[in-house]
Amino acid sequence: MTLEARSLGLWRVERCLCRDLSFRLGSGEILQFAGPNGSGKTSLMRAVAGVGRLDEGELFWEGNPATRSDGYRTDLLYLGHQTGLKSHLSATENYLFYQSIAGYSSEIGAKEALGRCGVTEPADRPVATLSMGQRRRAALARLLGVKAKLWLLDEPLTSLDTEGVGLVSQLLKSHVKGGGMAILATHQLLPGIEAQRLELGGKA
Amino acid sequence: MLALASRDLRISFRQPGEVLTPAMFFVLVTTLFPLGLSPQPELLRTIAPGVVWVAALLAVLVGQESLFKSDYEDGSLEQLVLSPMPLPLVAITRVTSHWLATGLPVVVLAPLMGLLMDYPTQAMGCLVLSLLLGTFTLSLLGAVGAALTVGLRQGSMLMPILVLPLAVPVLIFGAHAVAQAANGEDPSGVLYLLAAFLVLGITLAPFAIAAAVRVSLES
Repeated sequence: MTLEARSLGLWRVERCLCRDLSFRLGSGEILQFAGPNGSGKTSLMRAVAGVGRLDEGELFWEGNPATRSDGYRTDLLYLGHQTGLKSHLSATENYLFYQSIAGYSSEIGAKEALGRCGVTEPADRPVATLSMGQRRRAALARLLGVKAKLWLLDEPLTSLDTEGVGLVSQLLKSHVKGGGMAILATHQLLPGIEAQRLELGGKA
Repeated sequence: MLALASRDLRISFRQPGEVLTPAMFFVLVTTLFPLGLSPQPELLRTIAPGVVWVAALLAVLVGQESLFKSDYEDGSLEQLVLSPMPLPLVAITRVTSHWLATGLPVVVLAPLMGLLMDYPTQAMGCLVLSLLLGTFTLSLLGAVGAALTVGLRQGSMLMPILVLPLAVPVLIFGAHAVAQAANGEDPSGVLYLLAAFLVLGITLAPFAIAAAVRVSLES
């Protein structure tokens, strides 16, 4: 199981965010996109996920071009800047929805997954009434509900407290131990996580 | 697919104010005509098909503008694109559940508005049928526009401009069928044509919506 990127390049209105970027990620490995704000971490992450535009280069999943493989979409789980939670539904309903549309869902129920992520009492309230940190946690619960091999986490630590940061590390550790792989886009360091670092941008 | 439809309908039920805006709009516009013009039954009867259809068209387009907005803003549109479901299927599901919540109330209220405009009761079936076929076609057209403009900040103005030219044939034939029925003629030919529009829309629009959503997310 490998994800390979060959000379990726991103352009935004005549401005080069990055070019000739290559990396290779195998089972049990974590890659971190690091760099200052505006260096293109999110753009690169969206391009790798397949929602953003990739201007140069190609991505290979298990040796096949990722853009044309349906397997890639079912194997990846992308958690973006926006949590993807519907604010009129409760955390539980959101969780169950994403579990039901996923390629491979896990056996873990909503209550357990949300509980492990620290969303217990507010799980049945509409997401609109939750705090930003609680929303982030509710979104993280999806990592437990879906069996994806590749996690793409864009700023997973936004609005989380120290305990929440620990939770992300712990989720990542068990994911990697099970042979999964992950790409993180964050400038922060995660405690206890070994990751390859890919420095982005700075000077354009 | 069922999960998506039930999610959408559930969200609609939790915000009835927003969902019923098109129906309210429809009722308001139609009721203003008898007040603005003179309330003579003959006049109202003549303009009824056009008024009801124009109001329904605008109401549907008004409702369609918000179709992908919240999904785009909270990131769930990206998640739907990345889900293993084929995107055109997601699109048609999304449009159908949105139409059930916003378009169907318009169709249901149409006979009432017809009565208000002194539209002959025996032709009411044709009015409802033409709107049933027409509003769904308009929903599909509006969805293409909504998907194209969802990423733009000023998209709400652009969307009707993009969609209206395509919606005009539906309006012409829809209003024509309703007028024919009122005159006691057989409107089935025009209704078949409306049905053909709908079939064409159901077949092609999902692909256009899917492509438009992809383009909107890429920028």
